Amino acid sequence: MQLRKDYFADVRKDGLHEIGQGRPRLDSPGHVTGKTAYFADRNFPGMLHLKMVRSPHHHARIRSIDTSEAEKHPGVVRVLTAKDVPHNVYTILILIQIGPEDETVLADGKVRWKGEAVVAVLAETERAAQEAAAKVKVDYEVLPAVFDMEEALKPGAPLVNEYHGQNYYLYDSGECRKVRFGDVEAGFAQADHILEQSYQSSPIEHAPTETTGCVVAPEGNDRFTCYTNTQAMFFTLDNTSIILQMPGSKLHFVGGTVGGGFGGKVDVIVEPIAILAAKLTGRPVCFIYSREEEMQISSPRAAEKVIIKDGVMENGRIVARKVTGYTDAGAYSRHSPYGAQKGAAHYPGPYTIPNVWIDTYCVYTNRTPSSAMRGFGVTIGDFALEVQMDKLARLIGMDPLEFRFVNAYRDGDMKAHRQPTEGAALIECMQEASRVANWPVAEKYMAMSSYRKGA
Amino acid sequence: MAKVPVQFTLNGSEKAEFVESSTTLLHALRDKIGDTSPKGGCHQGTCGACSVIIDGELRLSCLTLAETCGGADIRTTAGLAESGVLHPLQRAFLDAFATQCGFCTPGMIMAAKVLLDRTPNPSREDVVEALSGNICRCTGYEPIIQAVLAAARANSQNAA
Ligand code: FES
Ligand code: FES
Repeated sequence: MQLRKDYFADVRKDGLHEIGQGRPRLDSPGHVTGKTAYFADRNFPGMLHLKMVRSPHHHARIRSIDTSEAEKHPGVVRVLTAKDVPHNVYTILILIQIGPEDETVLADGKVRWKGEAVVAVLAETERAAQEAAAKVKVDYEVLPAVFDMEEALKPGAPLVNEYHGQNYYLYDSGECRKVRFGDVEAGFAQADHILEQSYQSSPIEHAPTETTGCVVAPEGNDRFTCYTNTQAMFFTLDNTSIILQMPGSKLHFVGGTVGGGFGGKVDVIVEPIAILAAKLTGRPVCFIYSREEEMQISSPRAAEKVIIKDGVMENGRIVARKVTGYTDAGAYSRHSPYGAQKGAAHYPGPYTIPNVWIDTYCVYTNRTPSSAMRGFGVTIGDFALEVQMDKLARLIGMDPLEFRFVNAYRDGDMKAHRQPTEGAALIECMQEASRVANWPVAEKYMAMSSYRKGA
Repeated sequence: MAKVPVQFTLNGSEKAEFVESSTTLLHALRDKIGDTSPKGGCHQGTCGACSVIIDGELRLSCLTLAETCGGADIRTTAGLAESGVLHPLQRAFLDAFATQCGFCTPGMIMAAKVLLDRTPNPSREDVVEALSGNICRCTGYEPIIQAVLAAARANSQNAA
């Protein structure tokens, strides 16, 4: 692949000295010598191990919790339940006013997904913590659960999360995020063809090689150092500060070294409870997910369902697009209301369509809470959109790449969410792709430009 | 729980520890002796991040009981560089961008070392086979395969 400096030569400083050059990574020498310090490489004398008692049910009321046998288990130092957590109900994005707080650090009265943390056990060894966790007795009253987004939205569906009061996230725009641009029904009325298709995805686990966790050391002055593999240091600092009702100045986070994240380590899950445990015991604490927990407990990418209806002309122009998107948040919000919102802005794709109608729902179900993962909110949408583009091209008998040239957005075009297009290089990218992939398109497309000038 | 003494050499120096009969070599190396270069990615023998070399053989330290290592010659990635000079495999991993998060790297390097010690001029298939017990989530493997092949070439040039 060569660097083409001729595109946009007049609008860009030609200072791209790094592109196309191999530069040594600063962290590699540590990696190849085994010297890079991951959080779990920190070891402190007297360190306690934290293990969670987790819900075996998808949805249940907790009648009672009996920790007496666990507390007697040899090596157990402390057992924590909801009442030990100063501010037990939180939500990560409250920092940017995306509420309400809807998730418990340790379950209080109810569990909403299978695997939810209920009781934390601290012991001298991992083994003792695990054995004691098995002795905690939780009396559950199993409730009906809902696993399907469309079922969850039906009247009479079991209510997943009382903090929301209904099984969808209530945006300021109502039950969904909405984009309204032009007149979509008029667009369909004028279209030569209409194609409506539905696309669906399952949750996807990030599967980092290093599992989620942290090691906390009390500094002796009511200040705590937390070595963590979070990908979101400041979310973690601020949420921990809220959950523990402790000023940030008492919390010292050390991180940045992450053994694979992919978005799976942006939730604030292990740090607050581990710091609380260190505070209450005065001992260093280590809380690391087992591989099983990493695969079953950590947030996956959300399952999504996308229904796309397009109106297209014989000449290749898409004249109307209506999209309904559903994002399965699982039992709690985490980053999903934001993901669903990103989808709303994204669904027209990099195409200029005059009439657009989009509704995206963030839905609660009794599934593992989903959250961030590489382009969440748009990745599954892109899969759906681009498959739809191929189907539309086939429908009107047009080459799929030429079909994209016809609809590609260009500088100055108004996007459906009212952002004018700037610096679009889609046409130039497709021209280059056509050459490199040896997928020729008609000369008129090779002569196009993303610039509107003279076009 | 009763402890038993165990003595072995780690990267050429003698170590002695008291371990429980259930203590894994991974746990003994990392938490007792302080060599954290072997990583725990699964503790169930599936990821290869904990790979070490015991008497010339590639072993998963998470599935090896420390008390069975008496008298053994144990090698880890932490002991590979000599007097601060990187081993050709370490150099090749750097140059080929074969590390991203780096969590799999010490285990990968151990697996590659056992291969090159036995098969100085491996084929690509040999490399793929030798690394097949090591999971890398980040790189997509290709840079790692290229690094091992490059290290083999560098070794044979030095030998010539
Ligand atoms: S930790 Fe030993 S194979 Fe994964
Ligand atoms: S570099 Fe991250 S797992 Fe291999």
